Amino acid sequence: MTKAKTLPPRDWESHPPYIYPDYRSTPLRGPKRPLVPLKATLSELTGPVYGHESVAEIDSDLTRNSARNGEPLGERIIVTGRVLDESGKPVPNTLIEVWQANAAGRYVHKTDQHPAPLDPNFLGAGRCVTDQEGRYRFKTVKPGAYPWPNHFNAWRPNHIHMSLFGPTIASRLVTQMYFPGDPLLALDPIYQSAPAGARERLISEFSLEVTEPNYALGYTFDIVLRGPHETPMETPR
Amino acid sequence: MKLRQTPSQTVGPYFAYGLTAPQYGYPFTALASDQVADELVPGERIRIAGHVIDGAGQPIPDALIEIWQADSEGRYAHPSDGRASNQRFRGFGRFGTGTDSEHRFIFSTIKPGSVDGVQAPHISVIVFMRGLLTHAYTRIYFSDEAAANERDPVLQSVPSERRGTLIAERGQTATGTLYHFDIHMQGDEETVFFDV
Repeated sequence: MTKAKTLPPRDWESHPPYIYPDYRSTPLRGPKRPLVPLKATLSELTGPVYGHESVAEIDSDLTRNSARNGEPLGERIIVTGRVLDESGKPVPNTLIEVWQANAAGRYVHKTDQHPAPLDPNFLGAGRCVTDQEGRYRFKTVKPGAYPWPNHFNAWRPNHIHMSLFGPTIASRLVTQMYFPGDPLLALDPIYQSAPAGARERLISEFSLEVTEPNYALGYTFDIVLRGPHETPMETPR
Repeated sequence: MKLRQTPSQTVGPYFAYGLTAPQYGYPFTALASDQVADELVPGERIRIAGHVIDGAGQPIPDALIEIWQADSEGRYAHPSDGRASNQRFRGFGRFGTGTDSEHRFIFSTIKPGSVDGVQAPHISVIVFMRGLLTHAYTRIYFSDEAAANERDPVLQSVPSERRGTLIAERGQTATGTLYHFDIHMQGDEETVFFDV
């Protein structure tokens, strides 16, 4: 027996185009032919299930999960928010994976040659699973800006990479969270590649409520995945 | 209430220590790898390997490939699939093209069964890389399933001259069955990507 479920389309007015020439890696890498429509089957209406058993509590604390002999340098922050579907319903029990540069703007990655210091107490990777209200929470340090070779004097704004599954492979999302008031946003082709009116959704908000006194600044960032997926209907065979 | 989708952004060049740390030798765990099925999962053992190739014909050394598949009886390990799938089998793999000397992705898995008796056996593929602002979906079909492929509604919806880009070529090596599946991002052989 097959269960058909409703699936709203991928919202191409919210997502960047495949070819965005200001981001110079796209012209040789983005598909050029029109996508072929595919009416979702069970293959697209399912996806990997990683629940709370797949993460440990320390995984979401980037200030501790790779510490060797002390705390990482930088401004401690808390990033929290909710994962929702397009109807506003929370997406519970879904995996969020994050990775980021350290406070000096340096990635641990071997190919990052930016001559800023590595931090022996900071890797910059973490993960957590949303709770029943779709809520997630990471503790980390604010990532630094860093130069990249896209064009002369190009710098990436401070950002945290985020990867989410949602209920199915059709709700898969990899994105980047930015910080409010960053002057580099106006100059960054990756941020600018998302359509005007949509890209602003990539900027977190400062929250005094989330901020912990004498400890860490708080930022909130809600994420909306494609969906809902949970209106099962039997299809006549 | 109608909310709008959060925009996609590229996975960038530095995903490896966050998403595939053990593969690249970083000190962090990973939830998925190239080993999709261990030896206790029933089914025909296969490997699938290929390059991700850019518009200049060059292999891409910093792509991330994810695969999602049913077990050998066509069942998904997911609550929407009412048939209980094999407990040992999650069906998800993830591998970056940065560690193989030829910049290939390589997965060890089992050949999936037909999901519903209508679709031919296939594996869903999600492609990420620096320079790809939104991930791309494609599918792997199998060259030794010609009859099933002829009846597959998704494959048949693809213009016939492009269908071959979705079919992995079966071969034998000293270590077993190896399917070859290149992903061409652009050019005359551009892989069919789906608007899932």
